[in-house]
Amino acid sequence: MKTFRVVILAAVLGLLALASAQSQLEIFSWWAGDEGPALQALLDRYNELHPDVNVINATVTGGSGVNARAVLKTRMLGGDPPDSFQVHAGQELIGTWVVADRMENLEDLYKEQGWLEKYPAGLLKLLSNDDGIWSVPVNIHRSNVMWYKPAKIEELGVVVPNSWDEFLAICPDLKAAGVTPLVVGENWTQQHLWESVALGVLGADDWANLWNGSLAFNSDKAQNVWDVFGQVMACTNDDASGLSWQQATDRVISGEAAFNIMGDWAAGYMTTTLELEPGSGFAWAASPGTDGIFLMLSDSFGLPKGVANREAAIDWLKLLGSAEGQDIFNPLKGSIAPHLDSDLSKYNAYLQSAAADWNSNVVAGSLIHGAAAKEAFQSQFGTILEIYLSSGSAQAAANAANAIAQQVGLGQ
Amino acid sequence: MTKHKLWRFLFYFLITAAAIVFLIPVYLVLITSLKDPGAINLNSTWQLPKVWYWQSFAEAWDLLAPKFVNSLILTVSATLLSAFFGSMNGYILSKWRFPGANIIFPLMLFGMFIPYQSILIPLFKFLRDTGLYGGLPGLILVHVVYGLPITTLIFRNFYAEIPDDMLEAAKVDGASFFGIYSKIIFPLSISGFVVVIIWQFTQVWNEFLFAVVLTKNNSQPITVALAQLAGGEAVKWNLPMAGAILTALPTLLVYIVLGRYFIRGLLAGSIKG
Amino acid sequence: MIKKDRLTAILMLMPSVILLAIFVYGFIGQTVYTSLTNWGMDPSQALAINPKIKFVGFAMYKELFTGFIDIRFRQDLVNTFFFTIFFIAGCLVLGLGLAFLLDQNLKAEGLYRTIFLLPMSLSFIVTGTIWRWLLQPKGGINMLPSLIGLEPMQSRWLTTREQIWQFNWQDIPQFTGWLIVLVLLWISFSAFRNKNKSRALVAFISLLAIAAWSAFIAPKILILPYPETHGFNIAFVGIIMAAIWQMSGYTMALYLAGLRGIPQALREAASVDGANEWQIYRHVVLPLLKPISLSAMIILGHISLKIFDLIFAMTGADNSTTDVPALLMYLTTFRANQFSKGAAIAVILLIMVAFVIIPYLWTSLRSEVER
Repeated sequence: MKTFRVVILAAVLGLLALASAQSQLEIFSWWAGDEGPALQALLDRYNELHPDVNVINATVTGGSGVNARAVLKTRMLGGDPPDSFQVHAGQELIGTWVVADRMENLEDLYKEQGWLEKYPAGLLKLLSNDDGIWSVPVNIHRSNVMWYKPAKIEELGVVVPNSWDEFLAICPDLKAAGVTPLVVGENWTQQHLWESVALGVLGADDWANLWNGSLAFNSDKAQNVWDVFGQVMACTNDDASGLSWQQATDRVISGEAAFNIMGDWAAGYMTTTLELEPGSGFAWAASPGTDGIFLMLSDSFGLPKGVANREAAIDWLKLLGSAEGQDIFNPLKGSIAPHLDSDLSKYNAYLQSAAADWNSNVVAGSLIHGAAAKEAFQSQFGTILEIYLSSGSAQAAANAANAIAQQVGLGQ
Repeated sequence: MTKHKLWRFLFYFLITAAAIVFLIPVYLVLITSLKDPGAINLNSTWQLPKVWYWQSFAEAWDLLAPKFVNSLILTVSATLLSAFFGSMNGYILSKWRFPGANIIFPLMLFGMFIPYQSILIPLFKFLRDTGLYGGLPGLILVHVVYGLPITTLIFRNFYAEIPDDMLEAAKVDGASFFGIYSKIIFPLSISGFVVVIIWQFTQVWNEFLFAVVLTKNNSQPITVALAQLAGGEAVKWNLPMAGAILTALPTLLVYIVLGRYFIRGLLAGSIKG
Repeated sequence: MIKKDRLTAILMLMPSVILLAIFVYGFIGQTVYTSLTNWGMDPSQALAINPKIKFVGFAMYKELFTGFIDIRFRQDLVNTFFFTIFFIAGCLVLGLGLAFLLDQNLKAEGLYRTIFLLPMSLSFIVTGTIWRWLLQPKGGINMLPSLIGLEPMQSRWLTTREQIWQFNWQDIPQFTGWLIVLVLLWISFSAFRNKNKSRALVAFISLLAIAAWSAFIAPKILILPYPETHGFNIAFVGIIMAAIWQMSGYTMALYLAGLRGIPQALREAASVDGANEWQIYRHVVLPLLKPISLSAMIILGHISLKIFDLIFAMTGADNSTTDVPALLMYLTTFRANQFSKGAAIAVILLIMVAFVIIPYLWTSLRSEVER
């Protein structure tokens, strides 16, 4: 009957694995790899302030949270919410978790910390609905940035395009010179490109109208976006789906590609990981046709209902909402701080220019990074893109987008 | 005779060529995992590393060690439990025939073929409601239950070869249900246990879908951790390759040491064995 | 005494039976129910603790097969179809070839067998990780020709968007009709040969009727309002290669066991009758291996319908050119929160697998009883 003993032993081992929960704080995010050090610096600071808490850094890799959101869902549905999780500020949080009544209202925390005066009103609006404020923003990123390497552009003898027409005009020359005019990566980076194209074609007002429901996706204006997008995609590399966004950026730096459109986390990657000098090693411009518009997204952290370590989680939110915490995090992450007391001297040349734009530009919300539309729409946008790429029909894509917008009740 | 020799030569040639093709991926994994990340480039992809770089294994081990332990606890527990129940079931179904057994058995067997997606959502809800979601005990339970069909099948086929006369004699001597099991069946089924344990060990260790859906970060098995390591960003290939080797090592060792039994489990999976 | 023992036996079996009844049949029932509701289609209810859900009948299934935005699911079905065919064919041919070679009393047979079966012991995740690297645009396989001084290949393997053998989804009713015609033709023909004239006639008449339906009525059935092309995604070639690498050892083992099970006397008898080595294989050995091929096809077929982890590890969950229903179910359920649609995909997957497995379970267990 040896088997019995072994079986019991195994069962005990299994139970032991279960029984290890005391004072800890589990932070759920998708900041791994190159984006990891910024989070780690913030967590280290947290540990200095609260040495008794065991911080668990639960990251799920995959750019823009593509994998993390699926895992988070199983956690939340499983009745086992992480103590605090990363979520894009805006509809990704409100349209998914707040409407489902899974988040705690943080309005009191904002009042207690005096944050209502310390954050830009537009951002606060994005974080709130009629019932409260739902997460604490830790950074501001810009989505509509075009990256290039000055030396390469000079060598190619082209001007950095100011509109998509200009870009399409130089595209054949760039191809003839043997470089990829515009490099893209896996699926979500193509969606990311789409939003810059759409913003450039539509302008800030009509972009906002798409999301509040007053401009239909199957209107001529909106359909035109897909036509331009198709022409732009014809100027991109054919091995896109195998590349992460970093690998796409690498192609610009190596000179294989002329331009890349990516959020400004790419600046963090190029300065920190590739050790390039902003301005000379790499340079940037607003993506074609979007000069004067800041397509923003913000990573924020919320407090789910029923977490195991509520006190520790609130301390975490206090730290990352403070100017101190944000000035630890953002220079490393390559983003600017939403907190108005942030000390700009700690930031590099790119970030200082981004901060200036943030203060002077028209602000628009990103679709792909959760600010503009409910997650139900956002998560199906990949399907719309796929319909376009496989059928090549702008009309089909526009119709599909319209169908999904109606199904999820976009703008209501 | 010369013609015969020619054929023999051709056979050797073909089979060696096939073996080389099969080993190519293994070769590439090994050399890539042992290269300095800076030295991994196009022109030397196929060359042996100039400097043996063991650092990747240390790094991969640091990342994967806790998950390796999770997988070990999970695999050992689930394997032993499902082997035990499978042997009980096999014993009952082959030696204690009762009405309806011929219906119950195929219904049980069907459970090993279903796509697990088709039970995933209710399973998930069930584990949540019982408080087992996210941890190893829940995952162990799942693997034991869905392991029952195959272990029952293997043991049932195995016990069918033990002559009924032996059991009848024992019954006449007054042995009970458990007496027969512990005195006759169990001692005779050691090699059956080896087959089942090896089979379940490989299956549970290698499984991914349940692992990715039903665990949280600190109870993840190693396959999930490897998928993350390799699916991450800006991949330097030395690290995922070292991780792949670490993940493969336990099942590979079992296979190389006990290959004979492994093949028997493999064949048993096709029902008639 | 024996009666009491019999009771103990049944009691000992009960836990397993009950667990499987719940975990297999109970859960399948729940999934079927979920697939008939709208759980998750309303974003505000999707993730609520106690979501309000509504019974909507077969709406999800209808959307999947004819809905405008579920084109991806239909392409996934096509992907699975082609993947299954090439994967099974590859494993059978390679497995049979290797088993044949190993059957020639070669030296070091054990070593070769170990090598061919080695991938079987690996996780699909490990295999996927390895092949992901091999098939990178600048990875191992493309660099292979450079070993012998040739230019490296430029193949895009996993990232190409190329599609061949395209067809229009609207033609599916016609295709189905003609397929039935072919089956009926075969039934009618074999009945005719067996001198079963009435059966041949009935089959032939229904054949004509369905042919007429396929030719004249089916083209007018519009299951979609607009043409929609699907085809074989070339990106699957790499995945098929990896899957064959992993699983062909399995068919080899099956065939080898089959070959070893053929009595030597049978071969000798044939050789006495003057058959040469090749003829023996052709007329004696191969026919005896038929049941093994069938088993292998079914086991491999259900694996290929369920394939998930390999693709997850090779191209990630997001690469829609290498998507399959099993992956789409995961994404639909856990990323898009559309639980009812995810459940519907799962049920369709289950039906496909059941279609393959149930006849197999039925026949193999029945023949066992007869034995």
